[in-house]
Amino acid sequence: MAFIDYYKILEVDKKATEAEIKKAYRKLARKYHPDLNPNDKEAEKKFKEINEANEVLSHVENRKKYNDYGENWQHAEEFEKSKQQRQYHGNGQQGGFGGGFGGGGDFSDFFESMFGGPTSGGGGRGSAQFKGQDFNAELHLELKEVYTTHKRTLTINGKNIRITIPAGVENGQQIKISGMGGEVSGGGPKGNLYITFTVENHTKFKRDKNNLYATVNLDLYTALLGGEITSDTFDGKVKLTVKPGTQNGTKVKLKEKGFPIYKKEGEFGDLYLTYQIQIPTNLSEKEKKLFTELATLRTS
Amino acid sequence: MENLIPIPVLCDYYEVELSFFTNLSDMGLLEIKTIETSQYIDSDAVYEIEKMIRMHQELEVNMEGIDVVFNLLQKIDALQNELTTLKNRLRLYES
Repeated sequence: MAFIDYYKILEVDKKATEAEIKKAYRKLARKYHPDLNPNDKEAEKKFKEINEANEVLSHVENRKKYNDYGENWQHAEEFEKSKQQRQYHGNGQQGGFGGGFGGGGDFSDFFESMFGGPTSGGGGRGSAQFKGQDFNAELHLELKEVYTTHKRTLTINGKNIRITIPAGVENGQQIKISGMGGEVSGGGPKGNLYITFTVENHTKFKRDKNNLYATVNLDLYTALLGGEITSDTFDGKVKLTVKPGTQNGTKVKLKEKGFPIYKKEGEFGDLYLTYQIQIPTNLSEKEKKLFTELATLRTS
Repeated sequence: MENLIPIPVLCDYYEVELSFFTNLSDMGLLEIKTIETSQYIDSDAVYEIEKMIRMHQELEVNMEGIDVVFNLLQKIDALQNELTTLKNRLRLYES
């Protein structure tokens, strides 16, 4: 458990007045408040630190205790006991204005060890919540899994919730499930459940929204003379006719062979295949001779 | 009716004046529904209202400020969605 420099966190001098501390706290709170920095874990962490620093430095007694023991905070408890034994009692009141930014709650081990818990009590402006807490969850899926609509059972805060994952969900997409969040006493509405999907792609297909892209190897002779090949699509194989004289990098579009369109059942994007012509290597003497002959024919 | 919450209930709960809600409504940040003589808000709006109350009470942001903040948050949200789409597209060009 490391010592925490609360003055540094609030970016104030050790001699800062109560008003200066309040001002610094307000300024930083406005910068890092979770409502202004949604889904920003760093800002949330910073906000908690600021809140904790304010909890200590805005209370006269807390600040005094912190200043007195500073980096020797581990001995604070012993000093306090010894003080009590000498019948030297403080007045026990907690001064200053309340922390206010409710929701803080999470205090560091250092704080808990030195002060036991938040001391602002009722002095602050509580973070009253009429509506239940919103829950956030992240769900990792494979691209193959989101090709079809399927059901999943998730365990959120000890509760099993069965949800339908529509085909075509995108990486990073968030869905809201109303009323599946936390409950709140007093009859307010339940919170919502927000699920963010992380879609991993370990297939040979690349995805851009509803379209899929893949590269298909094509042998030189089929590219030159044309022919039929079999190629993979996301849900099976298809036969393709290759035109004679097909160039390297030629793209073909297979209509509606791409990815399902989100919440549009039966509708699909397109699949784009790019031909990559394979040039034969390690030619035999006979092949070299024939290619040379071909080259001569071309130039003559 | 079951999804509507009477405004006086919210005023009591959050310890704010009725004018707080009417001001938000005047700024287009909140839709107040009037049934007979009583005023309500949709329970779906509570999450956003709580944010506004926190901004007002905890950060001392006034009504105009809340309006600006919410507009900017909406823009950030739209930009983040666009960023996610572009990141997904970028993966096409990464081997």
